[in-house]
Amino acid sequence: MLEDKKQTFLANFVAKTADKDSSLAKQEALKALENLEFPTTREEYWKYTRVGKITNANYSQSPSFNVSDISRYLVEGLEAYIVVFVNGFFSEELSDISKAKGITICPIAKARKEYVDQFEQYFGGLSKHESQFFSAVNTVYNTNGVYLNIQKNSLVDKPIHMINLTDAENAAYNPRNLFVVEENAEVTIINSYETVSGSSFTNSTTEIYVKEGANVDSYILQNQSETSNQVNEIDVVQKANSTYTANTVTLNGGLVRNNYNIEVKGQGCETNLYGLYLTSGNQHIDNHTIVDHIEPNCESNEVYIGVMDDASTAVFNGKVFVRSEAQKTNAYQQNKNMLLTDNASAYSKPELEIYADDVKCSHGSTTGQVDEEAIFYLQTRGVSEVSARKMMIRAFANEILDNIKIDALRDILESKIDERFS
Amino acid sequence: MLSIKNLSASVDGTEILKGLNLEVNAGEVHAIMGPNGSGKSTLASVVAGKDDYEVLGEITLNGKDILELAPEERAAEGVFLAFQYPVEIPGVSNVNFLKTAVNDIRAYKGLPPMVAKDFLKMLKEKQALVELDKKLSSRSVNEGFSGGEKKRNEIFQMAMLNPKLAILDETDSGLDIDALRIVANGVNKLKSLDNATIVITHYQRLLDYIIPDFVHVLYDGKIIKSGTKELALELEEKGYDWLIKPEMAQ
Amino acid sequence: MGKYTEEQLEKELETQEYKYGFVTDIETEKAPIGLSEDIIRLISSKKNEPNWLLEYRLKAYNAWLTMKEPEWAHVNYPKVNFQDIYYYAAPKPKKQLSSLDEVDSELLEMYDKLGISIDEQKKLSNVAVDIVMDSVSVKTTFQDTLAKLGIIFGSFSDAVQNHPELVKKYMGTIVPYTDNYYAALNAAVFTDGSFCYIPKGVKCPMELSTYFRINEAQTGQFERTLVVADQGSYVSYLEGCTAPMRDENQLHAAVVELIALDDAEIKYSTVQNWYPGDKEGKGGIYNFVTKRGLCEKNAKISWTQVETGSAVTWKYPSCILKGDNSVGEFYSVAVTNNFQQADTGTKMLHLGKNTKSTIISKGVSAGGSQNSYRGLVKINKNATNARNFSQCDSLLMGNKCGAHTFPYIEVDNKSAKVEHEATTSKIGEDQIFYCNQRGIDTESAIKLIVNGYAKDVLNKLPMEFAVEAQKLLAISLEGSVG
Repeated sequence: MLEDKKQTFLANFVAKTADKDSSLAKQEALKALENLEFPTTREEYWKYTRVGKITNANYSQSPSFNVSDISRYLVEGLEAYIVVFVNGFFSEELSDISKAKGITICPIAKARKEYVDQFEQYFGGLSKHESQFFSAVNTVYNTNGVYLNIQKNSLVDKPIHMINLTDAENAAYNPRNLFVVEENAEVTIINSYETVSGSSFTNSTTEIYVKEGANVDSYILQNQSETSNQVNEIDVVQKANSTYTANTVTLNGGLVRNNYNIEVKGQGCETNLYGLYLTSGNQHIDNHTIVDHIEPNCESNEVYIGVMDDASTAVFNGKVFVRSEAQKTNAYQQNKNMLLTDNASAYSKPELEIYADDVKCSHGSTTGQVDEEAIFYLQTRGVSEVSARKMMIRAFANEILDNIKIDALRDILESKIDERFS
Repeated sequence: MLSIKNLSASVDGTEILKGLNLEVNAGEVHAIMGPNGSGKSTLASVVAGKDDYEVLGEITLNGKDILELAPEERAAEGVFLAFQYPVEIPGVSNVNFLKTAVNDIRAYKGLPPMVAKDFLKMLKEKQALVELDKKLSSRSVNEGFSGGEKKRNEIFQMAMLNPKLAILDETDSGLDIDALRIVANGVNKLKSLDNATIVITHYQRLLDYIIPDFVHVLYDGKIIKSGTKELALELEEKGYDWLIKPEMAQ
Repeated sequence: MGKYTEEQLEKELETQEYKYGFVTDIETEKAPIGLSEDIIRLISSKKNEPNWLLEYRLKAYNAWLTMKEPEWAHVNYPKVNFQDIYYYAAPKPKKQLSSLDEVDSELLEMYDKLGISIDEQKKLSNVAVDIVMDSVSVKTTFQDTLAKLGIIFGSFSDAVQNHPELVKKYMGTIVPYTDNYYAALNAAVFTDGSFCYIPKGVKCPMELSTYFRINEAQTGQFERTLVVADQGSYVSYLEGCTAPMRDENQLHAAVVELIALDDAEIKYSTVQNWYPGDKEGKGGIYNFVTKRGLCEKNAKISWTQVETGSAVTWKYPSCILKGDNSVGEFYSVAVTNNFQQADTGTKMLHLGKNTKSTIISKGVSAGGSQNSYRGLVKINKNATNARNFSQCDSLLMGNKCGAHTFPYIEVDNKSAKVEHEATTSKIGEDQIFYCNQRGIDTESAIKLIVNGYAKDVLNKLPMEFAVEAQKLLAISLEGSVG
């Protein structure tokens, strides 16, 4: 019975495009899919998240569509290289990467044919397609995505904004990304997921190689409709003296599951993971992160903050491993949850697994509500209750917003948050 | 009392003390001054027995070679270091800490542990001597102490352990005038003809309160000039350049 | 160089004998080896139990047969062969024990070795003691004094005979045999333990204490403890364990149930020093314990534990905060060295309104050990105004051991305030040098620092235990300089 369900689900993804991928990774994933099952809440890794909404749905193959105006999905006031995907297909007309210097950027299907060496070296090297069901599905059935290579010492002058749009009913697609950032290069990548109309399931896997001395600033904005679901795996490996910063902002969506896996494989690295999630309705957001400190003298900072409204649920599980050679690691982790209603829930599990002794590691988790005393104080100063509440929530979320280096992006997020809590 | 002959100390291959010589007799106060990076704190750490250095040369205390002794043995022999940045030890009260130290030193000397009554008496006496707030002694060692309180606590410990040679490593850093006065007062009260004090300082100010018999200038790992307290005043006025530049020219 | 070196400390560790490792030669009567329905019937008949209890045991046994042995991520040990254990061993007393003067002289000798001369106890420290030697309780002291207040404190077996209605009412209500594998096993084969009942409004004037020993090789220790504090009452209960040196692993699967009725308070303190295995990781006790307490309105239960022994430890003393305004506390110091493995923590379930829980857990890992904190704070949907504060710290010594923290925080009510903090650190070289410079050698410095680190927990222990605990901490960390 279960096997039938699995086959039915997988049948949704038989690739229509003739994407000939004979990579080792795909073979491994195919083999793994013979035995892997849908994740259930009996597995620790999926303890608080049921995937029935995703696995029981029927999906249709969606054609490419014509959208001419994507201005509302851009970051106003931000000059960036734009890459647009619509229903899983790369849209040449809507994208603008012509003037990009020092970088190679193209759809992954194209790159697979043109950069064979790179692919052999990197593709599937980090993804969890042998142990995770959704990652295996993506590795076998991915239709498109972005291949990005930033050349050595290249300081990319503008952020690269990848926009993922869907407009079909019951669309399902597997975007697959591969980013290789060579030594001492610097790049900012924004990945946004928006629903034009309809509902979708996005199963995305991104592998990022951050080489020695490189600096990657990444932003993921999740703003799909309440009937759209997403599973997002981001696998990163860092070499010495590199910095990787990820900001994950989840504003909307149905079931959203983010899995970050960072391997810190060099000394002197810095890893920053920031997350902000605002849930409402019956939304369910699950942020899982793993930071694996393999080498000494590195630092990681993780702060995830969320505000849950209505009957929504937020899950946070942050695992920090410090291996026995990783002496002088500083790892800091914090999760703060604010529940606005009685039907909202927060499940938090910050984990530390430490095998080295000369380290400074700490984590904290707090769950609470808006400070009523502070609201009253503001009221006595003439601020309306609604405005006061908005201010407090905004203040709460600010810790993450303050880390956003792109002013234009921060402005937009601030206004979206204000809108939400009016 | 203290005789340092041709002391050199290196860490990770870098030589910090480069053949330092110093003689300190009982009843004397020696001030060691010098610009940042000259090796002042290294000198204090090496005499106290900190593990990090490769040491060559000779250090004797009352004729006894102490270079072969572990730090706790040197302490029992009478060396006391008032740290520039006293460390915090959460959960261990000042009283408990000092009781352990006092009794361990007595054990080294073949003496039985101090009777509780006598210890408490000594505690109260010394607290008054250095004007230490009674409340601080029940708190954990240096935990939550302000900079000034930490330095006062160092002098209090010195009073309790009654060393032969006290080395004060930048005891005045971070102190306001009042705190400085109290710390200096304590040091002066503890001075005697049987013990000696080495005051390591950056500024002349402390030496207005703790009057040195000798002033030495430490530069680039060696003592390049020695004099009396007037030397300190001269340094205050002219800085270190007039001493160093002729050195550099050589 | 004259310094106290790591090598010297290591040598000391090797020669450090486990203090309580000795065996008495008293003849013990044993049931045939292995577990079956017949053995259970044998145990029940030996103890002259009423039929309802035999039925309960059999139900539990049948449930156990359907369960699977649990597996935990950070704990590895050779599987227990449940058929290779004697489930019943009673010492043959030389004559009927009615007063302590008639106690078997060899037993008295053993009491001396344990350092608890009963006569002295009686005169000086005013502590009532119930000795459980292997699976049978010897007559308790102080029963008369307590009886005057209506306090019942004695062996579980005696309680079954003398107060069956109380036992039947409360036993298995907090930890049902269906709860987990070891709880089921315990419910089937428990041979003894302690039973305590404090009547309404009575504040027990003395600390009640129990000492355990596992004597015979391969005898599993399955005690069952039940403490019921009736409305408005108070009791402070101490549990301390020692065990002899053995090559074969010994299983210890106890169940402790605490019930604090309205306005009552139970303080349960444990100092656990079971044989931890030798320096190669051979032998040692397996300590799998289910401990749980239920709080009714305005009631309070505090668990305080100092765990330094056992080869493998699995225990999560928990509180069900059912009544409004109830309070649950958990204070723990867990030390692991050599090849010990500990997976311990607590569960605080907030059900009523205005409930409060505090968790302070201090782990110390040394040698090649693994020390994990696993805790759950669950705020139920209707648990309005719940408050929790958790502080879980780990102190690591060396890089061959591990210290892990796995807190589960589940909040389903918006008015809850939950705060969890965890830090991992080591003993700083600067701290050790500071102590050295004050004349304190490295080994003593470590003892000072670790005791300071654990102070918040040690302060919660009753005086007598606090002293033993401090010594235990020091002994268990010898040779593990960071």
